[in-house]
Parts: sequence; structure tokens; C-alpha cells
Amino acid sequence: MRIRSVKVLGCLAAISLLSAACGGVGDDNGSSGDAGDPGAMGGDVKGKMTTLGFTVEDQIAKARVAEVRKAYPDLDLKVTSGAFDEQQFLSAVASGKPPSAVYLPRSELGTYAAKGALLPLDDCIEAQDIDMSLFRESAVSQVTYDGQIYGIPEFNSVRLVLANSDALEEAGLSAEDIDVSDWDSLMTVSKQLYKAGGSDIERIGFDPKIPEFFPLWTAAAGGEVLSEDGQTAYLDSPEAIEALTYTLSLVEANGGWSDFKTFRDTWDFFGDNNQFVADQLGAFPMEDWYLDVLADVSPDAPVTALPFKDKEGNLLTYATGQAWAVPKGSNNPAAACAFATTMTSTDAWIAAAEASKADREKSGGAYLGTWTANSEADERIFAEIYEPSGIESLDNAVEVLQSLQDSAIVDPPSPAAAEVKKAWEDAVLRALEGDQTPEEALQQAQEEATEAIADAQ
Amino acid sequence: MRPETRAAYGFLSPWLIGFVGLTLGPVLATFVMSFSDYDVLSSTQWVGTENYSDALSDSHAHAALANTLFYTALYVPLSILTALGLALLLHSAGRLKGVFRTVIYLPVVTPPVATGVLFLQLLNGQSGLINSALGAVSLPTPNWTTDPMWIKPGIVIMSLWSVGSVTLILFAALAEVPAHLREAALVDGAGAWRRFYHITLPMISPAIFFSVVVNTIASLQLFSEVYTMYFGKTTTPPPEAALFYVVYLFQQAFEEFEMGYAAALSWLLFLIIMAVTAVQLAVSRRLVHYRGD
Repeated sequence: MRIRSVKVLGCLAAISLLSAACGGVGDDNGSSGDAGDPGAMGGDVKGKMTTLGFTVEDQIAKARVAEVRKAYPDLDLKVTSGAFDEQQFLSAVASGKPPSAVYLPRSELGTYAAKGALLPLDDCIEAQDIDMSLFRESAVSQVTYDGQIYGIPEFNSVRLVLANSDALEEAGLSAEDIDVSDWDSLMTVSKQLYKAGGSDIERIGFDPKIPEFFPLWTAAAGGEVLSEDGQTAYLDSPEAIEALTYTLSLVEANGGWSDFKTFRDTWDFFGDNNQFVADQLGAFPMEDWYLDVLADVSPDAPVTALPFKDKEGNLLTYATGQAWAVPKGSNNPAAACAFATTMTSTDAWIAAAEASKADREKSGGAYLGTWTANSEADERIFAEIYEPSGIESLDNAVEVLQSLQDSAIVDPPSPAAAEVKKAWEDAVLRALEGDQTPEEALQQAQEEATEAIADAQ
Repeated sequence: MRPETRAAYGFLSPWLIGFVGLTLGPVLATFVMSFSDYDVLSSTQWVGTENYSDALSDSHAHAALANTLFYTALYVPLSILTALGLALLLHSAGRLKGVFRTVIYLPVVTPPVATGVLFLQLLNGQSGLINSALGAVSLPTPNWTTDPMWIKPGIVIMSLWSVGSVTLILFAALAEVPAHLREAALVDGAGAWRRFYHITLPMISPAIFFSVVVNTIASLQLFSEVYTMYFGKTTTPPPEAALFYVVYLFQQAFEEFEMGYAAALSWLLFLIIMAVTAVQLAVSRRLVHYRGD
């Protein structure tokens, strides 16, 4: 289908304006507190409340929402299913009828805080007596913009290295030989694990997972992509250039970007003939949720988990997660605040973990624990609920995850988070495609990111 | 106003209301918006012609336009030739015409998102069926989806999957060519090629011209299939070789929320399409043969 650009843009803009005029995803009839008044966050928890960006589809969500309903029986809670949609959210805020609470990626929260689309939660934290020290420091830093907290964090997804034990054995190597802190050694191991037949790649040795893990490699080299306050980009720093140059050389040693990506696209990533089972990969850094995929589709896959490390040998990972926030103009900030507090409370997480474990046992799958961003909840889940599955590779992976939780870097809250990310992603791609050297690509990215941050002020 | 006229307007009103509310109104709104800075959240600011001057110096817009023009220049002639070939085959298909007509048209009604996903698999350089076929006859097997040089030709191949509409238009035109003209030429000793070149082609030239104009406009507005293939929620950013003009326009409007800038881009595209169509109309006066001329 082709779209008639002028008409479609106009129609969508008109719909956007109409939605702004006629109402968004919020509800007129909320009753508690003045709309958007941060001071109203300590009011009675009753009346109507809506959410955006959250779906009640698994046991972890269901159990926690049940906790909210139990704690606040007078609250008329409506959870609008669906992932966070920036356009829907901004239109709703612009219309003055946003949802009572919004659930969004922590990496994007700084941008909305800078735009004035979210309310600071200091009053909420005080009214609900939330102990923010319970939350992972890196998660709290992501929801803090310009000295104020704008979100209550939940979930903490970290990255670890997953290696193909069969491939290692075939190459006469062991898991200890994959030393991510020694880049020369890692290159040698990658070349040993790489396999090609004719012009086709048969196995990638070590996939550095760029562009997406570029910030992790930059941190491993001792640098950072953005300053802690999200106001200054360091994309052309020596560390960033070193990280891109090295990871680019890894890709080149594995057939070059075009063949490399073409081969990677053939993987049955979520299936029972995934790249570990099919012996198409030596090792790669990966998000922790992939362990759940492996537990579901191929629990016996020959996988060994290892921690990622920086060049000094220190544990290092890259964490992402979600947060609950209260939009400007929220019709029921008191309820939104209480909802976010209960959803992220230790008790709710314990109930959720128990429900999730029971569900996994019922379906015959292994329960690998739940990483909540709430340290107290994590400790209790792994002390009281989690039990090793008996599958060595998965149990070992859970131990690795536990070791990494407090060694995470995160995307700092930035007024131009999306633009900065796009700048470095595009730069890495230009270098991968051979259009620019790493220095040229990152120099251009630095200029783009700096301009975007300045424009967003 | 006479009762008949009132009745006519009454019957026309559903279309008129739709046209004014959903076409003319938004088109005029984008024109006004193209002179403003509007990000949905903040108040609108008048910026004069700044969006237009920004577009003229925007390297991404230039790349997107170049990709789109390259694709159009490659796709339009190939689609017409392919459709004409299929229409000629269909014309001589005998009693199975109806079956083949349906089969050829089926891809047109396939959802574009499904087409995009399907062709990502078919075009894979290592495991795709297209390269398997090319390899079987010892032809080069490029990486259609990852090599910047081959990405646009790959998209052209995908688009050729949907030539059914043009095929049916040309098939209908072929059916209208008077048989006695071909018979007279045959009697005069003209071979198959000369009969086709001197009789069939001029007689169907209005249909070919119509198809060229419509396909050119559609090619300059290509969006859904390309967006599905390269711009969905993937972990790898899309290659610039796949950045088409309307995709860039969409990104500016609904990902970057630069509504005013996107509106300016859409008006520039409108002007480009107008100019290209005007050139095609001018050229057509010498090449298109209308019966009765």
C-alpha cells in the first residue's frame, strides 16, 4: 500500500488535533484531587483511574494489579492494554486529558520530564512514604531528572554473555577462555569459533551485538555515551572510538557486516532450533529475558552464561527497565501515586513472583526468578521463592544475573534521549556499512547529539 | 434551486462531506502547519518558510529523495514491462484466462505488511528462495537486505510482486484493440513484432500512459512494505539505503513530532509529483495515440 502523504499526514494531524479537542485516553470523571496538582498526591485513593502503556497479561502483572484492587477497594481502576505509545501519550497530555498514570521505558522518562509532560513525584514519595533507597541506584538515577524524581522504577533487565558450550568444546576451548575483559584474547577466541563453508557463514564466533550494545562496549573501554545528567554527549571520545573500532573488527573477522547480518537474520531466534541448538553462534552478550525464551523452547540448549566485564576485569552490565509516572493533568494523581507505590512494593512483587512460579510449574517451565529493580523484593524472591531448576545452564545463568545487578550502567535521563540514541545507532551502522571510519561516524554523531540536546533545552 | 438539483446535492453530500472533512480540510491544515513549529505538546509557533529552507538543506531528506527517485526510475519501467508481458500471456490464455487473472491479481490484495515480512525471508542472501533460484543457474547471489547497493533493487523485486492491477488494465486495453487491424497487417505480410509495435502498442498506449502516471505517483509515495521490512521495532537501525521519502516524512511527524517540518516535506513531495506528472503529460503528447486523434 502507498499512502498519499499530504492527505494522510493531514488526516492524522487532524485526528490528533481532534483528539486534543475531544479528549484523550484519560477520564473526565476522576474525583480525587485537583487535576495535575502535585500536592493532591496525598489525597484519598478513590474514584476513577486509568493507565496507559501497561498490559495485564501475565501472572506478574495480574497478581500486582490484584494487590492494588485489594488495597483500594473504592478505586475504579481501568487498565488500558497496550504498549506505551508516544504519539497517543503526547496527544492525550496536549488535550489536557491524559491517563491517571503512565507506564513507560525508564530511558525515555527524562525526555518527557524535560518537556513538562510528567509531574515530579516528591509529594507522592512523601505521602506514600516510599523508601527510594530500596530501589537499585541505577534505576533511581534513570527516573531522576534535574534533581527531582519523576518515576517509580520497576523491572531491571541486565545483559550477560551467553556462550555455546558445544562450539567451545569443538574448538578445544572452555567457557573461561571467553574473557570479555581481554579484547585481544576475545578476538582470538572469536576467530577459533567462527565457521564458514564457501561464501556462507556457518557459525559466528563472537557477536558483539552492535549497534544496540555500543554503550556497554564504550563503558567497557572506560567511557560513557552521555554524561550522568544527560546534558553532554561523549560520542567522539577516545573510549567510544576504541569501542566501535574493536567491535567493528569483531564483525569484520566474522565475515563482514553484510554477510554477518544476513546470516544472523536466518536464525530461529525464538524457536526450538535457535542459534545455540543449531550451532550457529559461538557467544554473544544478550538481555536476561532471553534465558526465559531458552527455558521455554530449548531448556537443554548447550548454553553457558558468563558475566560481561570491562577492560579492567570488573563486572559490568547495561540495565533497562520501566517506570510508573504521573502525567501532567492526571485526573487522579492521588490514585496514580498509590497505584505506582503498590505495584512496586515488596509485598506485591512477592505475590507476583509466587504466582509466576506457580504458573511456570503448571506449564512445566523453569522459573528463573524476577528482577524487579526493588532490591528488597529481589532479595526475598531469590531467598524465599526461587528454587534452582536442576538445569545446570539455567541455574548457572541465574547466579551470573545475581552477580551483575549492582554493576549496571544505564541510559542517563536526557531531554533528547531518543535523538542521542539515534545519533550513535546511525553512526555505528555507517561504520558497519563502510561508509565512514569509526572516527568520522562518531564525530558526526557527536555533532548531531549535541545539537539535539541543545534544541531540547 | 430546483428540486432535482437539491436531490443531486443530497445524494452527493456523503462524498462532499468526506472530501471536505477528510481530504480538503487536512490538506489545507498541513499547508498552514508547514509554516509553523508544532510538536503536539508545546504551543504552535509561526516560523515562516524556515521548514522549507531546512528541508532543502537536510542531508537525510536528500538521501530519502534520491532513494525514492532511484526506486521510481527502476520500478516504473520494469513494472510496465512485466505487466505488459503478463497481459499478453493472459490475452492468449484461452479458457484459463479467468483462473490466471485471479492468480495474477491475488498479490494485490495481500496486506502490505505481510508482503514486507514475506519478502524479508525470500530476499535473505543466505537462505532466501530468490538467491536459491539465482544460485541454481549460476547467477550472482547478492545480500538483498543488508548490502546497501542491493537493498533498493530488492525492494523493486518485492514491488513487482504486485503488478496485478496494471496487468488487468493492460489486459482490458488489449481486448479493445480491433482484430481487423491486426488481420489486415497479417494479410499485408507483417510479422508478429511489427503487428505488435505498429498496431497493438499504439492502440494500448493510453492505458500504458495511465499506468505510468499512476505507478510513478505510487512509487514516489512508497511506504508500508518498506517500513515493515526495515523500520519496525528492530534492534538494528534501518540502513539509509532503505530510507524512502514518505518513510522519512512519517518519522519526522510521528517519531520526532516535528509536525510542521513533516508538513513542509509533504508539500514539497506534492510539488515534485506535480512537476514529474507535468513532464509526463508533456512527453505523452508525442507518444500516446488516442483513437479519434
